[in-house]
Amino acid sequence: MSDMLILGTRKGTVIFERTNVAWRPRPIAHAGIPVCYAARDPRDGTLWASLDHGHWGPKLSRSRDGGKTWQDTSSLKYPEGARYIVKYLPTPDFDPEAPVGQPEYQDATVFKIWHLAFGSAEQAGRIYAGTIPGGLFVSDDGGDSWTLNRPLWNHESRGGDLFAGEATSENRWGGTPASIDYGVFEPGIHSIVVDPRDPNRIHVAVSSAGVLETADGGQTWQGRNNGLLMDYLPNPAADWGHDPHFMTNCIGQPDHLWQQNHCGVFYSDDGARHWRKVSLADAGVHFGFPIAVDARDGRTAWVVPARADSERMAIGGGLCVARTTDGGQTWQAFRAGLPQEHAYDIILRHGLDIAGDCLCFGSTTGNVYLSEDRGETWQCLGNHFPPVYSVRFG
Amino acid sequence: MTSHLYRFFPALEDRAITVPAGSVAEVLQAVNQLAPGFTDYILDERGALRRHVYLSVDDAIVVDRKTLSDRVPEHGVVYIFQALSGG
Repeated sequence: MSDMLILGTRKGTVIFERTNVAWRPRPIAHAGIPVCYAARDPRDGTLWASLDHGHWGPKLSRSRDGGKTWQDTSSLKYPEGARYIVKYLPTPDFDPEAPVGQPEYQDATVFKIWHLAFGSAEQAGRIYAGTIPGGLFVSDDGGDSWTLNRPLWNHESRGGDLFAGEATSENRWGGTPASIDYGVFEPGIHSIVVDPRDPNRIHVAVSSAGVLETADGGQTWQGRNNGLLMDYLPNPAADWGHDPHFMTNCIGQPDHLWQQNHCGVFYSDDGARHWRKVSLADAGVHFGFPIAVDARDGRTAWVVPARADSERMAIGGGLCVARTTDGGQTWQAFRAGLPQEHAYDIILRHGLDIAGDCLCFGSTTGNVYLSEDRGETWQCLGNHFPPVYSVRFG
Repeated sequence: MTSHLYRFFPALEDRAITVPAGSVAEVLQAVNQLAPGFTDYILDERGALRRHVYLSVDDAIVVDRKTLSDRVPEHGVVYIFQALSGG
């Protein structure tokens, strides 16, 4: 059972510790600085926070003493020659029939370090980081230095090897609205899933491209979007352009992957080779951002449903958590301990986590709820936190 | 400079920092020698000024935000501002 919770919030990092009687928050760390993701490396206990400085650029902050002291690093940078093909938000006079012009290139800089994932126990020091504008970075020295994964950056779905010269294919990756705060409209990697059986097998989910998989440690990548549907495009089953909100897997059954996106909850039991839509809009399970999966049973998952897509808040003013135990064929909503009127909370993509029978989520309204019985009943850990961007058990 | 930077570089706090004249880029690199990592906060990895940061040489706003080629004369003063908003 985990005794630590780490929250990334708009105003810093909040660490809860479990005492004999309750979960208690410590004084906030990184006070005043937006922290878009924070987590603990289970291998050596290092705490990580991704700082989303509005002025000073994204930084990683690392604590090797359990959060007593933190050291910021600026070592995650795009290498010289890393470029991408610029995307722009469609304007009101956008003409889809207009001929495609010459690609416009931009030198890459890091806008946001959106997600961190840790390698296997045998890969000491291996850490992954996903960014806006869509680069996957790898460290093999515990985060002191980082290398851009070039095969993914140079993927043919993104225009090919722009280090070498002009684009050799069309850029099929879209831009995520989550990048607009940085003055751009570019994709972002927000989910990095390492297969615990084989650390060379990694899935990433990209807003707004979809899912890609490598089986050779990142040397080659294949799209894994078969079965995903985009209701908002003329061809809902197109290869690219999908917008997973968050993707995760079952630690004990890693071929069981789940994602929540604009158009439903999607489940794969074959390593993302085929996805199927398993949400039930009539039951309220359709739109949302985060998803959590049981560590042993790949058919059991939890979501925090919200009203799609224009409102993006709790359905009917009441919060619930929905659980399936049969791969999404049926869902059961749990409300005990959660507010059932005047609740407008939305839970962002990294805002829900699971550890054993415990689940916890935090909302953009600053409410944090914890369940110790697999999501059936909930207790409030506080109502006045800053908007919560991420929740992870330590 | 904006006092917010002292949080990350306490060695610079309340100091009048004197470095050789040159381009703004050269001046910032000289400060980086005193406080390693300083330029990573002011500039992106291409050496361009970060979006919400403004520099001036005396009372003239720095124009070349991409390569910081504006000149700093002898006895010129470089100011570092940040555009703050929101809550």
